[in-house]
Amino acid sequence: MEQVLQQLINGISLGSIYALIALGYTMVYGIINLINFAHGDIYMIGAYIGFACTTFLGMGFMPALIVSMISTAILGVIIEKVAYKPIRKSTRIAALITAISVSLFLEYGMMYFVKAETRTFPEVLSSKNITLGNFVFNNKDIYIVIITVVLMLVLQYIIHKTKTGMAMRATAMDSEAAQLMGISVDKTISITFAIGSCLAGAAGVLVGVYYNSIDPLMGMMPGIKAFIAAVIGGIGIIPGAMFGGYFLGITETMVSAYGYSLYKDAVAFAILILMLIIKPKGLFGKNVREKV
Amino acid sequence: MKAINKKNIITVLFILLMYAAGEIMLRQGIIDSYIEINIILIGINIILAVGLNLVTGFTGQFSLGHAAFMAVGAYTSAILTAKFGQPFTVAILFSAMAAALAGVIIGIPTLRLKGDYLAIATLGFGEIIKILALNIDYIGGARGFMDIPKYTNWTWVYFMVVISIVVIKNFINSRGGRACISISQDETAAEAMGINTTKYKILAFVIGAFFAGIAGALYANYFYFIKPDSFGYMKSIDILVIVVFGGMGSIAGSVVGAIVLSLISLFLQNIPELRMVIYAVILFLIMVYRPQGLLGKGEFKLKFLKRRLA
Repeated sequence: MEQVLQQLINGISLGSIYALIALGYTMVYGIINLINFAHGDIYMIGAYIGFACTTFLGMGFMPALIVSMISTAILGVIIEKVAYKPIRKSTRIAALITAISVSLFLEYGMMYFVKAETRTFPEVLSSKNITLGNFVFNNKDIYIVIITVVLMLVLQYIIHKTKTGMAMRATAMDSEAAQLMGISVDKTISITFAIGSCLAGAAGVLVGVYYNSIDPLMGMMPGIKAFIAAVIGGIGIIPGAMFGGYFLGITETMVSAYGYSLYKDAVAFAILILMLIIKPKGLFGKNVREKV
Repeated sequence: MKAINKKNIITVLFILLMYAAGEIMLRQGIIDSYIEINIILIGINIILAVGLNLVTGFTGQFSLGHAAFMAVGAYTSAILTAKFGQPFTVAILFSAMAAALAGVIIGIPTLRLKGDYLAIATLGFGEIIKILALNIDYIGGARGFMDIPKYTNWTWVYFMVVISIVVIKNFINSRGGRACISISQDETAAEAMGINTTKYKILAFVIGAFFAGIAGALYANYFYFIKPDSFGYMKSIDILVIVVFGGMGSIAGSVVGAIVLSLISLFLQNIPELRMVIYAVILFLIMVYRPQGLLGKGEFKLKFLKRRLA
């Protein structure tokens, strides 16, 4: 039992990372129906910016996190303007391949600049163990969870209480009607990319701090996992992405804890396939009837 | 229409002439082993791309798991030839059937999905197959499967390419093929016209998997060595890129796409550190400026040649 609860703590930390990345996926998919394959790579670049800030500029954890979030937000907007805007009207498959090409460009462009080797993230948060009864918490776990929850609350606030958020929801629902209501759809899409990318950047820094190692291809798997998380919760639905992220994180840690760590990716994909077959709109999704 | 007509005779003669030209050049040593490897790889890619084109281009179903069928074929052939000493003909046949079976198993549940969801589900299945291969010790696991006898040569690859193109081309021009094309244009309308859409989607998927299995067998028995990582989703994406690059819904496009992309990546081999970056940029430019691919839906026709000659 103790073992299970201990793993639960690890799972929640991993789940926070997935949830943060999944939010960006789900927001972008909700608004322009594009699986943004490059999203996992934005998370990787966020980690590298955090690394550069702490190692070369000697920043602390918080400033590095903020710098990284701002930079990735700008990067997200640039990617949207340069790569995704020209293909907004093209077919799904062309859009999918464009997203893949952006992803390859970021991965291998980054590899060209920082080389392929794994880098060690500096210890910016002193590792302290907090003992509570029989459990051992690491203060990094607490940091990750608190920062994730704060970011999610801010996101919920932006989406539900501000005009920008209302514009985002309207554009996701029907972009043409939104435009008729005087919403600048282009601007709203850019803001969506900025917010999504900024959350991915935060996830990147948190992962660097938590696992201490980063490399240019680190975004591939978490990117796909986060997409799975978004599908579990119902794509386009923000609380769904949070739930999916935590669910996947906890499941994966449990699978590893019981000695099947080699199969943890397979389990994630199996969950995805089961989900798609049983309830393709996700746990939080509503079924929409197809109209002819 | 008679099977023996002028057009078919010219086609057959042309095919045999191409084969003879390749064989002579190989015998005389005009084609060295480095070029030979690339020709074999292009051939394997053509088989994969033509098969995927049937699924994605003609039937309109996204698949990001095509490499998994190649993996099934490659491992089946490796086991049969290396562990049981079977001849290559038997191995290729069983590889293709094993991959087709995998196509049925994966196709039935996933093909109910549409668009991006289908793409992700097939990607998931592909990764699951890869992970299974990584964890089975009998086939080498992560270390890979070694000492596979080398049977694949120009003759095998060339005739397998010809067979896959002929079979898929004839399928497309048949009743089933027309049903597939109608599904890609409008699934609901096709269903309303009485087409059993599920059946034809699975059929297209299984034919694609069948040829991917052949491609896998050719691959395994050429390189002596296979490992699960070669069949990850990056390979599936490579195949999809060939199809889209050449033109979805064009067999000639897949052939041209496979050749052009191989040449590009060969050319970029001189600058290995920037290879993938330039590849990504080329891909992006094609998608933005020519999303229908190099050939669109066009095909090579003999008539076209005739007009040129006259």
